[in-house]
Amino acid sequence: MSGRVLVGVKRVIDYAVKIRVKPDNTGVVTDGVKHSMNPFCEIAVEEAVKLKEKKLIKEVVAVSCGPQQSQETIRTALAMGADRGIHVDVSGKDYENLGPLQVSKILAALAKQEDAQLILLGKQAIDDDCNQTGQMTAALLDWPQGTFASEVSLEGDKINLVREIDGGLEHIKINTPAVITADLRLNTPRYATLPNIMKAKKKKIATVKPADLGVDVTSRLEVLKVEEPPQRQAGMKVETVEDLVVKLKEAGRV
Amino acid sequence: MANPLKTEVIRLYKNLLYLGREYPQGAAYFKQRLKSAFMKNKDVTDPEKIKQLVARGDHVIKELEALYFLRKYRAMKKRYYEPEK
Repeated sequence: MSGRVLVGVKRVIDYAVKIRVKPDNTGVVTDGVKHSMNPFCEIAVEEAVKLKEKKLIKEVVAVSCGPQQSQETIRTALAMGADRGIHVDVSGKDYENLGPLQVSKILAALAKQEDAQLILLGKQAIDDDCNQTGQMTAALLDWPQGTFASEVSLEGDKINLVREIDGGLEHIKINTPAVITADLRLNTPRYATLPNIMKAKKKKIATVKPADLGVDVTSRLEVLKVEEPPQRQAGMKVETVEDLVVKLKEAGRV
Repeated sequence: MANPLKTEVIRLYKNLLYLGREYPQGAAYFKQRLKSAFMKNKDVTDPEKIKQLVARGDHVIKELEALYFLRKYRAMKKRYYEPEK
């Protein structure tokens, strides 16, 4: 076992930014908008670094797919403690159409190339909310998956996992190699402070293209339209309960 | 100001400035407050006092990191999880 962990990190629009839809309804305004690492990806990086600090794994490799700016996200991961980065260069139309299927194919190819023992991802990205990449990657590699992980512990060549599911908490044990997706309560990500960012500048980021990994990034999905959610209708005031019932009947609600 | 302490103070200022970029009320507001806080103490010469102030600054860094984490955690919790009964 190589003791190597691949962590996928995604560059998304910062969670605190107010999203605006482009006037032509083809997408969301991204130019000049603050971007940062997906919060769930931060949790995944933190978990990987924690495993390394406990000496349970040897190397943390941060991976990001996207244009040149994705390297900033990888730098943040390096500042949090990852050892090196791989930037999969996808830009322009390919990047606009990049979805979980293509990313999982890329991750699967990288996992084989890097002989990874574990793939850690965030459970979903806050921009597309797909919640698919982890599951698809596991399926492509035929590896077990521990999704929505709120607790992870390594036991020999197996992993004990607690999953946060609708019914409560599920305890499972899976073999390695495996794919784990991080849920909110897995850990508290450390902040990438300035001294750490400076130290991380010495760490290497390799650049590859999807074609180098034998992955075709054409999408089978086409975005037809992006629009804002319907505006909230103004409320109406009524004088009596009878009026309320009449209004509800009119609206077809009763 | 003693030389090693000078680098400490500058390090602290740079770190705080970097953290301030994400301040909820705006990076400019933060920078203004940061600068005036440091300027207020610019004539302090006692090394002990300087060390105390630097320690206080490090404490502020920790508080900011906690603030940022809580903001993000609460936003994610609100967006993705059912409210607790």
